[in-house]
Amino acid sequence: MIPRHLLIGVGVLLLAVLAMGFYAGRMRGRAAQVAPAVADTRPVAPPATGPTEQVTLFVADDAAAMLRPQAASIPLPSARQQRAEDLLRALLGIYLAKTSPHPLAAGAEVRAVYLVDPGLAVIDLNAAFANGHRSGVLEEELTVTSLIQTLTANIPGILRVKILVDGKDRETLAGHADLSDFYDAGAVSQLVAQMESAQ
Amino acid sequence: MGSAGYTILSRGPIGVSARRSIRIALFLLIAAIVPGNSADEKRIAIFAAATTYSLPISDRNGVEYVGLLEAIEPLGTVTSRNGGDHWKFRYNDADAEFMVGSNRAKIRGHDIDLSGTFLLENNRGLVPVTSLSTLLPRILGVQVTFNPASRRLFIGNVATHFTAQLSRTAPPRLVMNFTSPVNPTIATEPGKLRMAFNREPLVAPGTPTLTFDDKAIPSATYLENNGIAEITVNGTVPLMASFSNDRRTITIAPTPQQAAGPAQPAAVPGALPAASSAANPVAVVPPVPRHFFAVIDASHGGDDRGAALSDKLAEKDVTLALARRLRQELEARGMSTMVLRDSDANLTLDQRAIFTNTAHPVIYVALHAASDGNGVRLYTALLPAGGENNGPFISWDTAQERVVPISRTAAQAVAAEFQKKQIQVRTLSAPLRPLNNLTGPAIAVEVAPPGSDVMDLNLPAYQQNVASTVATGIAAVRDKLGGQP
Repeated sequence: MIPRHLLIGVGVLLLAVLAMGFYAGRMRGRAAQVAPAVADTRPVAPPATGPTEQVTLFVADDAAAMLRPQAASIPLPSARQQRAEDLLRALLGIYLAKTSPHPLAAGAEVRAVYLVDPGLAVIDLNAAFANGHRSGVLEEELTVTSLIQTLTANIPGILRVKILVDGKDRETLAGHADLSDFYDAGAVSQLVAQMESAQ
Repeated sequence: MGSAGYTILSRGPIGVSARRSIRIALFLLIAAIVPGNSADEKRIAIFAAATTYSLPISDRNGVEYVGLLEAIEPLGTVTSRNGGDHWKFRYNDADAEFMVGSNRAKIRGHDIDLSGTFLLENNRGLVPVTSLSTLLPRILGVQVTFNPASRRLFIGNVATHFTAQLSRTAPPRLVMNFTSPVNPTIATEPGKLRMAFNREPLVAPGTPTLTFDDKAIPSATYLENNGIAEITVNGTVPLMASFSNDRRTITIAPTPQQAAGPAQPAAVPGALPAASSAANPVAVVPPVPRHFFAVIDASHGGDDRGAALSDKLAEKDVTLALARRLRQELEARGMSTMVLRDSDANLTLDQRAIFTNTAHPVIYVALHAASDGNGVRLYTALLPAGGENNGPFISWDTAQERVVPISRTAAQAVAAEFQKKQIQVRTLSAPLRPLNNLTGPAIAVEVAPPGSDVMDLNLPAYQQNVASTVATGIAAVRDKLGGQP
């Protein structure tokens, strides 16, 4: 004959197992209903530590249809290539802010900048940058010239710039601005001045 | 053949549309395959986006008639019924009613005048051919262009353009580029190579006669007749044609034996006598004044919708409408034009550049539309880095380099006209293909809405104003561009 206290103990344990199973099942159902966390697609901020430097960012202004030179003090590493990437990421930080004068698509990012001697810079944008970009000659031109002018004004020795998207050649940024060719840094600089003088 | 067709087309009562469809299909099939006096028979060619077909014409009391049902049946489902003198039919949501002997019809509830009386023969409704340009737009709800002289009718935005350029190689080659694949019937006879385009919506070039200043291939002519477009290449030696580029390019050259044989200076009617003096081997030909010919490029098209200006408005549609208005405005000022994309066709940037460079216009105008900002932006090429020219070979990427100053002059002239009308305008360089690939003066016009509502881009008055201003600006620098009226 099984002792009574043992039967009661086993019964309590069985009830506990059933209750835990029911609770786990409900928790699982709730977890499935909760949307997965959206990946944080904001560009990586420049390093917070290290010496800050005074740089000039050429910020596109849609309303004025021109680039505005904007002084900024940002921490920059000493490595040339890393500096170039951090410069453009600081520029994108302005475009992705709520009060952006030239909004870019959420998730727009500069994947990398490669500096190839002699005088060639390759900017690699992510797909979100190009796929979500507004389509229009002027909008696309402002973006491209802003990236190039910011780079060439702060990193000496750049003569030509090539823009890739996700590491690949692309015909246009969003249907208009040509990405198939190499940009001439001098010609872009003249265009920036032309935009300013046209005001 | 015509009477046989009438017998086959005898219609049954209402509700036998399937049987009628089969009969009409049989009629069209028989019309296509039965040999006969097709060369003498009058026909009308109808070109639509989905299909191309031709129908026989019947003469009744000196008026040319065509079966209305046969003209519409290949485009969709048609039902018809015949009640005494009344003949009714329905195409999609369009109802039409005709009365035998009357020169008035009712379509979608509106009265339409016909150019002759309606006839009913063996239950087959016949309308005057010249009335098709009035009837079909109302029935189909799309634009219809009809050339009564050549009996060619275009439904919607269908058109195949072509350019012809002589390559001065040895032997010379005439390269003809078409905006869509073509499959002409080719025939040769002494001194001529004829290409008949039965199924292609080919449209005329700027001038019907193209001259090439070459002894072997001096000229080509374009002719339309009885629904068929024909290009005749005149040669002083036997010629042959070959296809390439997915049948978008036809190259005409002397036959191999002619090309390999000793050079025989052939007598060219009207040609200057060859210079006989060894001291003066090159004949001096007086410069031929350049005809003012502009290429208008409606940017984007086909799968490339361009910017989504609004939920309903695509950039490609606005640019096409602007291109047509600009063509009207330029032609009103005595300048012949070619619209590169006169339909919802796919054209790559390279194709646009190739067509333009081979056409040698005095100016190329690309049209764009934008939702941001106001007014108009005018662009000339921002040349990319590199692109070294090598002797006679010009770099594709920087082909525009030599004419950038003239392009800027044209852009400034157009800008001045916009300023006169107090329309906001800016002139800039832009990395915008194919501007940099063009060997002649080239500008791009980006049109933004006049105010805050982007749908105003579609306003006919605004588009007409923009087109008129661009045309006036171009006309103002006609002399500097080098064109003759």
